[in-house]
Amino acid sequence: MTSKEPYTGAVCPVENDPQSRITLGHGGGGRLTRDLIETRIRPLLGNPFLNQEHDGAVLPNPGAPIAFTTDSYVVTPLFFPGGDIGTLAVYGTVNDLCMSGAIPKFLSLSLILQEGLEISTFESIMQSIKLSAKLANVQIVTGDTKVIEGQGDEAGMFITTSGIGITVFDPPPSPFRIAEGDLLVLNGDIGRHGTCILALRDGMEFETEIRSDCAPLTDQVQALYQSKYRINCMRDLTRGGLSAAVVELARSGGWDIELYEPEIPVLAAVQSACDLFGLDPLAVANEGRFIAFVDARDGERVSQVLAEQAPGAVRTIGRVIGPDKGGQVRLRNAYGGERILDLYSGEQLPRIC
Amino acid sequence: MTYQNAFRDPETVQRLLQSLDDVTTRKWSVMEICGGQTHVFLKYGLDRLLPKSISLLHGPGCPVCVTGVEWIDAAVALANRSDITLLSFGDMLRVPGSETDLLSAKSAGASVNMVYSPMDALTWAEAHPAKQAVFFAVGFETTAPAVAWTIEQAEKRNAQNFSVLCAHVRVPPAIQLLLSHPDHRIDGFLAAGHVCTIMGCKEYEIIASRFQLPIVVTGFEPLDLLYGLYRCVVRLEEKNFGVENAYSRVARDPGNSHAQQKLTQIFEIVNRNWRGLGTIPQSGLAIRERYRHFDAKWRFADSLSPRPEQSEICPSGRILQGLLRPDQCPYFGVSCTPENPLGAPMVSSEGACAAYFRYRRKK
Repeated sequence: MTSKEPYTGAVCPVENDPQSRITLGHGGGGRLTRDLIETRIRPLLGNPFLNQEHDGAVLPNPGAPIAFTTDSYVVTPLFFPGGDIGTLAVYGTVNDLCMSGAIPKFLSLSLILQEGLEISTFESIMQSIKLSAKLANVQIVTGDTKVIEGQGDEAGMFITTSGIGITVFDPPPSPFRIAEGDLLVLNGDIGRHGTCILALRDGMEFETEIRSDCAPLTDQVQALYQSKYRINCMRDLTRGGLSAAVVELARSGGWDIELYEPEIPVLAAVQSACDLFGLDPLAVANEGRFIAFVDARDGERVSQVLAEQAPGAVRTIGRVIGPDKGGQVRLRNAYGGERILDLYSGEQLPRIC
Repeated sequence: MTYQNAFRDPETVQRLLQSLDDVTTRKWSVMEICGGQTHVFLKYGLDRLLPKSISLLHGPGCPVCVTGVEWIDAAVALANRSDITLLSFGDMLRVPGSETDLLSAKSAGASVNMVYSPMDALTWAEAHPAKQAVFFAVGFETTAPAVAWTIEQAEKRNAQNFSVLCAHVRVPPAIQLLLSHPDHRIDGFLAAGHVCTIMGCKEYEIIASRFQLPIVVTGFEPLDLLYGLYRCVVRLEEKNFGVENAYSRVARDPGNSHAQQKLTQIFEIVNRNWRGLGTIPQSGLAIRERYRHFDAKWRFADSLSPRPEQSEICPSGRILQGLLRPDQCPYFGVSCTPENPLGAPMVSSEGACAAYFRYRRKK
């Protein structure tokens, strides 16, 4: 309503413009819900499975063990250099399947929208989900949409995706297969996604050219599978970064691991941002990086295979040295000094000075 | 060339370590005052590459560690008021007060926001006129000028809903306290380069001449630290006491006169309680009466009841004076961890206990 109207004493509780913003009505299960799905989701993501319009998708039996995973995405801001929440929701789940030694095939897409979210925002995220699914070669076969009460201009959205992949590695890579002497191969420079998001946070006023490394790992993992080299374990370096991934794997099998700091690639811009805020790039999130634990005899060749597929610098960054200390990770630096690597308690907090 | 390869160059590090070895003829104990410097030493394992006869003592220069419990209690009390949002540096959020910390208070419903600079807090205040914004100002002469400038800006902009809980502290009185302790083992100091960038070297010359020791103004990169230490040892070996600036690419002898002027304009020097160390004369900065409408302690005096100082089992006072190394503390890594800290040095990103726990860990 505008002030020119003669009566402004009451505001209709029903949606005022269902074309420009998400309203609670879009989650009501009625006409608006159907409109949202039929005009803004299905035309983008439609495929024979989704088009069954049933409560669930009936999928073909692949004849091989399936990998199944789920993840939720709550990133703010919704858009960042190199991607958005939609890109993350597709690639994050796709990459978890890849790490299980599977080729991702099908995703579910569950959207929780906040009342007040701009329809145009919603649409551009759906567009990037469409594009990401295409690039990762997966189909979105079932989904759900809910609307929750919003916070006006700060209205956002949350996404949950579950994914099914067909395992190709036999036996599948697993933390239990890590062995003494394994080399750790990293597929690119680290710390981009976390610093990119940090720089966009409210009040940060920090300009940088850093783009998220957000990317699907399907092609890289497929190339590893086709190479038939001995890959014992893979882990993507998301929350908690490289150090969390390596520390968790070291602990789960009780293996001591040594990392070589000079071999771990970090972009100068990422290093500067981390220095400025007192963060450790080793503990900053990534969305397109993983480490492979490779049988020492195949280490060099695996690096070559990855180097052909991976966009970043592929490096051998460490080695499983034995079981003596029951799962300790040590980082050796260029000075001959070393320190232990550990999980951070909660989130890293920027320092005072 | 960037600062990253210029001041972290492995070959130059090796050369400096060799030079340090060449000049050292006896045992020396050198204290780095700043907790940030402690972390760099441990993060890169540099302390273990030094000649055996050189010991590092870790000093009290961790703003989070020395902020008195009463300030954290006050911050929590303010954050719990429905009309107040408390804005704080992230580092302060997990530090235990006498009953709780700010992060726990936040999960229990208190309004606490993390900011990266005091100006962000003022900007937040202007964007939220219905709320009272209180900025929790902690730290040494490094962070204090920005707070002073923000208070001046708040005055110019006539900000009605902005105030500062001011717990700032000054370094030189703490150094004097350390040197007055009969058991101190300090032969020389590495002074914090960023503090001297603001305050200059003059305050330190008085200390160096009174206590007859070298004080070397030192930066924060691995090469800065090793060079500062090298110059300190050279001076010790030559009995050449006084202040030397080994961080001249940033710090100037007179300091930053503009920042100093702002400090004097907004703050007055007061006695202040340091956590674990007790009251140190002339060691605090309080907001002058002329600007007291921006002083949260004055504005919300009715919400702040002075609590009697409670004794803590954490021996942080001895840690902060270099009398006890973190891994010598009976609680370290046993009943005191970053998840369940007994004292502030285990939580702060500049705390010595946190450095030992994160990079070194024993027990």
